[in-house]
Order: sequence, then C-alpha cells, then structure tokens
Amino acid sequence: MKRWTALVPTFYIVFLLLPIYWLLNMSFKTTNEILGGFSLYPHEFTFANYMTIFNDPTWYMGYVNSLSYVVINTALSVTVALPAAYAFSRYRFLGDKHLFFWLLSNRMAPPAVFALPFFQLYSAVGLFDTPIAVALAHTLFNIPLAVWILEGFMSGVPKELDETAYVDGHSFWSFFLKIFLPTIAAGIGVACFFCFMFSWVELLLAKTLTAVDAKPIAATMTRTASTSGYELGLLAAAGSLTLIPGAVVIYFVRNYIAKGFALGRV
Amino acid sequence: MALKLEHVAKRVGADAHIHDTTLSLEPGSFNILLGSTLAGKTSLMQLMAGIQAPSSGSVWFKGKNVTGVPVQKRNVSMVYQQFINYPNYSVFDNIASPLRVAGLSKSEIDAKVGRVAELLRLTPMLRRRPNELSGGQQQRTAIARALVKDSGVILLDEPLANLDYKLREELRDELPKLFAGRDAIVVYATTEPVEALLFGGNTATLHEGRVTQFGPTPEVYRRPMDLVTARVFSDPPINTAEIVKEGSEIVLPGDIRWPAGAAARPIADGKYTIGVRPHHIVPFAQHGAGAALEGRVLVTELSGSESIIHFNRDGKTWVSQSHGIHPFDVGSLATFHVDVDRILFFGGQGELIS
Repeated sequence: MKRWTALVPTFYIVFLLLPIYWLLNMSFKTTNEILGGFSLYPHEFTFANYMTIFNDPTWYMGYVNSLSYVVINTALSVTVALPAAYAFSRYRFLGDKHLFFWLLSNRMAPPAVFALPFFQLYSAVGLFDTPIAVALAHTLFNIPLAVWILEGFMSGVPKELDETAYVDGHSFWSFFLKIFLPTIAAGIGVACFFCFMFSWVELLLAKTLTAVDAKPIAATMTRTASTSGYELGLLAAAGSLTLIPGAVVIYFVRNYIAKGFALGRV
Repeated sequence: MALKLEHVAKRVGADAHIHDTTLSLEPGSFNILLGSTLAGKTSLMQLMAGIQAPSSGSVWFKGKNVTGVPVQKRNVSMVYQQFINYPNYSVFDNIASPLRVAGLSKSEIDAKVGRVAELLRLTPMLRRRPNELSGGQQQRTAIARALVKDSGVILLDEPLANLDYKLREELRDELPKLFAGRDAIVVYATTEPVEALLFGGNTATLHEGRVTQFGPTPEVYRRPMDLVTARVFSDPPINTAEIVKEGSEIVLPGDIRWPAGAAARPIADGKYTIGVRPHHIVPFAQHGAGAALEGRVLVTELSGSESIIHFNRDGKTWVSQSHGIHPFDVGSLATFHVDVDRILFFGGQGELIS
C-alpha cells in the first residue's frame, strides 16, 4: 500500500518532466533521426545543433536581443515601481485606492489590444525594431505588477521604521536607499523575477515591434521552417537554451517567492 | 531647557487627534503619559518629537520655537512598542546609526557604542542581526540607540508592552537607572496605571486627545481633578455611583445608606457622583469606619496574591480588589466593606469636590 502512494507524485513529476526531456532528447539528435522513427534517447549523439546556434548570428542575436529588452524592462519597471509602491504603502491621497486598482486593471487587457497603437507610435518616433521599444511596451504590464508586489512587501515594514530613521537623523533618501531598500530586498528580488519572466515569455508585442535588428529568440524559433526543410533538432536546441535564463533567475529568488505568496501578492 | 507645548492641537481631516494642549516638561524629569489605546499618547509624542507638525499652537525647546523644525534637526530619541531596529544592520551598526549620521569619528563611535552596549548588556550580541535576538534584546537594542546620542528628549512609546512578563519587570527596574544622571526629558507612554505608579515622576492623564491632568504621579492618583482622570488612573476600573448626601449620611440608589466619611463631612448636602477605588472595597471587615455592601458575586479573578471580585447590587456592578485569596462561589451572596473615608466626591461637571 505504502509503495503505491509514493508512485503518485513520481508519476506526476515524470509526467511534468516528459516534454522537457523530449525537448532535450531532440536537441541532441540529428533531424534525420528525429524524423526517422521513435527513439527514447539520441542514438547518434550530436552537439551540431548547439554549434549552429552559437555560430550563426541570426540565431544567437535572438538571445542577445531578448535578454537586452528583458533586462532593460526589468530595471526600468522596478526602478519606477519602487517610489510608486512607497507612496501607495505610506501615504493616503485622493483616489489612492482607485488608482491602485486601476494599475492592476492594466494587466487585464490582452497585449493584442496595444499591439497596433504601439506599432504605429514607435514607428512614428523611430523606436521601431529596437530593444527599447519592446522594453517600454512591456512596462505597460510589468510596472503595475511590480508596484503591486512591492507595495505588499513595503506595507509589511512598520512605518515606525521610517520614523526611527528620521529620529536618528537620516534624511529621506538616506533612509530609503540605505535602510529601506535592503529591508525589502526580498520583495525587490521577487518583483524582478516576475518582470523578467513576463517579459521573457511575452511574444506578441515583442514580435510586432521588431523586424530584423531586434528580433527576439522566440520569433526566430517560429520562423525556422526554413528552405532546407524542418530543422527540428535546431529548434529543439534553441528551445532548450531558452529555458536557461528563467531557471537561473528563479534559482536566485526561490526562497523569497514563498514569502511573496504568503503576502498574497504574487 | 524645558520642552513646552503651547496650545498645541492636531487635527486630521475632521477628527481632532489632540485637543488644545499646554504642557511644560522639565529637564531631567520622568514624565508618564497615561491613557487607554487611542487616547492620543502616540499622537502627542509625535508632536513632541516633530515627526508630525501641530495643526495649531507652538512647540518650544530650550527657549527656542521649534514648531516647524523637522525631526532630523530636533535631537530627540524614540523607542516604540514594536521592536524597531534596522534589520539589515548588525546590533553595533544599529546603535551607531545616529552617531554616524551626526558624523562622529570612528573612535568616538566605538567608545560610545561600547559604553551603552555594556549598560544594556548587549556586548556579546554586537555582531548579530536584530532578528537573531530575543524580544527583550531587540528592545534593548532600540533603547541603546535612543540613549547613545545625548538627546534632549527621549520618547518611549509603550516600550514594555510587547515583552513577556518576566522581561517586562526586569527592564522596568532598569529603565529609571538608565536615565538617572541625564538631564534629558524622558516621556514614557503607558496604558497601565500600575506602571505609572511604579515609575513615579510626573503623570499626564490622557483621554480622547485631551490632557485631563498633569502633575506629580502620586498627587494625580490621590487627588484626580475630575472623574475622567480618576477613571483613566484606575485599574481595575473605579466604581462610580450617583448619590445624595443627607447630613451625616450618603444615600446610594436602592436606598443604601452609608455614613459620610472624612471626605464627605465638609461638603454641602445634595447630589454627587462618587468614585470608590476597587481596593477600598474588600470582602472582609476592616478596623475603622466602614460601610457594608452586600452583593451577588458575578466573577472572581484570583491571582497569586490578590482577589478581584465583581459583584452585583441592585442591577449595578461593583468591583472589589483585595490582598489574599478570597474564593467566592459565583452567584453566592457576599458582604463587602467600603472604606468610606477614601471615597472621592465629584460634582455635576465631573470636577473633584472632595
């Protein structure tokens, strides 16, 4: 009986990991082997797919582009959200609750709604096909998210901490930068993670606002039913590489995510 | 040198948090703000510190008007009920924080922090973070930070309320010693009358944003100026009743007649409100002038050395507090003895008559 109960989570985990295994499996096969028949592991083990990606600029620039707009976006969103979240957590002002809810409602509109206005706007101001265009577009839903998350963490810090710092003689900025930000470091980590993740997986705006120079990796991947037929091995290798940044970022914030959930803000 | 509040008031929107208040606190004095939760203790302290600016009136310190001066420039210290420390700083850096901002040299900082840490028995913990310490040690750190700079005003906002019983007693004994020999004005807010009596000094009683009386603690306790002050400064709550004085007797509702005690003899006949402190009603006969009051026992709270008995007489609840253990069955009839000489008499406006 006992052995049966252990099988349930095992089965579940295997079920979850199967597609990832299959992706990795394919990435080390040649396209011929993939199309040739069913095999549980690569019979002709090859790094050729990965070598192609690392040597062909049309491939690796996809990663560079994606990472650059994601990093710009994360830095921008969190920097802008910090003072906003502080205001929401510490001050009462006219319409503060409505404004806070309105921020969140920005996340309720599908990105497709904004694709056209953004496309036209960025074309007009000459930002089209730059990482900055995508980074700015993604702040539309990442700033509200970051404000929402950070406000939760900031409200967990008693306002008496602010007062104590002022009583000790700290100016507002000295308090905010030297005492307050380190105190909510976990919250900043969680906010960064979510901004990073949403920007990394978002495809529609990223694809609409770029053409050649700033093409994100996900767009490159959808393109490659190329002249030489289906390069399935190459696509699988690209997919495997795409998983890495998310995994790295979540490793750093893994302990704080739970805290974010506990605050009910994630 | 004193801290003076002159006609200070604080309004937030339509709510008055602090009504017109005038107070003068002398250097080297220990001042207690006594009042229940939301009485305005914290609001008043924020005005004294300069964390909040008053809506009207002025604050004077050492003869200078400091009404608009921000808290950073006031040279005050504050300790809160919650243990407020900088979580990302070590205990040493927490205590050193006000000195660093003031720009003291490293050797001066080391010496001052060392001294105050020794005083508060924090020396072994200096390298640790506040969240690795016990509650008592965390609050000691906060007190150390308040003491390390030579501030003119030290504000303590219920600093012992979140500590467990043992630590509270321990720190309560230490506190007056820490301030002895300083010429700082110490202000200590508490909800507990017992704590005010233990510390002595001066007491200001607060009720709904108003300072009802300010003076030496024993005097405020013994001669409360009005009924509100008497209520604030009594735990368990003071017993009150509407009475009529008729010659050598006072008549309570239900035609209970007590002999007029020492306090009642000089006053004119008529209607009064009396206040009887719970420990002046005891469940055993005392020598001297006394009056009996029979009632049905509602609740008995027996602590180690004390009995608090709530009883009912003619639909009115009375509280008795006495030394020793006096167990009564709930619902039983018991006779209590009232020390009539200690009854307080208040007039129609609640003012103390005698």
